[in-house]
Amino acid sequence: MKRSKSRQPVKINSGSMADIAFLLLIFFLVTTTIITHQGLSNKLPPEITDEQPIHDRNLFKILINSQNKILVEGKDFESYEKLQKQVKEFVLNSGVDPNLSVSPQKAIVSLKVDRGTKYDTFIQVLDAIQGTYYEIYGERIGITAAEFRKLNSSDAADRTRYLEAREGIPMNISIAEPSKI
Amino acid sequence: MAKFKKSYQLGEIEIPTSALPDIIFMLLFFFMVTTVLKEKEDKVKYLIPDAEQIKKIEKKSLVTEVIIGYPKQSVTFGSEAVIQANGRIIQLSEVPQFIEESKSKLSEFEKDQLIVLLKVDKDVEMGIVTDVQQELRKANARKVVYASLTELKK
Repeated sequence: MKRSKSRQPVKINSGSMADIAFLLLIFFLVTTTIITHQGLSNKLPPEITDEQPIHDRNLFKILINSQNKILVEGKDFESYEKLQKQVKEFVLNSGVDPNLSVSPQKAIVSLKVDRGTKYDTFIQVLDAIQGTYYEIYGERIGITAAEFRKLNSSDAADRTRYLEAREGIPMNISIAEPSKI
Repeated sequence: MAKFKKSYQLGEIEIPTSALPDIIFMLLFFFMVTTVLKEKEDKVKYLIPDAEQIKKIEKKSLVTEVIIGYPKQSVTFGSEAVIQANGRIIQLSEVPQFIEESKSKLSEFEKDQLIVLLKVDKDVEMGIVTDVQQELRKANARKVVYASLTELKK
């Protein structure tokens, strides 16, 4: 039998394909919320604490009252830069100055807030303290604080550097229970 | 000087668009994969603070979110800050129970590694935050991350 028609390549009109894909794309673009699993990490103290008396020199006290006024070691707060400098001196004192910490292991930065303190102020101060610690860690292995924060703990090489930097200097930030009015 | 000759006529130029759908599809797949649709609408509104020293949580499966913010429906829930967990507004006393529920979803050796991501509004007073923290201590969920964003202005 002879075919009546010579076979022609079948063409599917795919011109609108891009439009359909665009529509879908826009839908996902609009609905996407990139989740933010990031923030300042902190470890709360265990509930039952057999509190050992901490020597006053090993404690760096920061108080924030309900008017968001900050008191650093009994003196008025001036700037975050100064606070960071003070914390650094305090942690790395290693017994030199009799008013500052005996050793980095024993140094505790205590942050005490009031019930009426604004959360934002608390975060800013905590941010400053953690920044100081990261700076200290970074300096020990010759990188900046930002680079230190980006070290990936699942990567073996990064992990050894991370542990090397943190060796002997724990991040002791104590968030004390707030005073009740 | 030699004259430049036009090797083609202007009307003949055509940009090949046959690869366009493929490119768009690739973009589409990217967004499809990265999109996580929210299961439940948030009952509270909150604006998390800015901070510099933020770290990314590497193990996302360990994360449980607790949100403290102002209720959207202020008629039923008032205008004071409230706690939201698992898509609904809960009382402070319900926090340990919620933590236990989240822990039960994790495998045995991961239970004490639970990370609580606290998403707290900037303007909330610390009272409620510390109350929640006390409950977390009681429930032995001591790893806390204060959700915050990088400051853009600095």
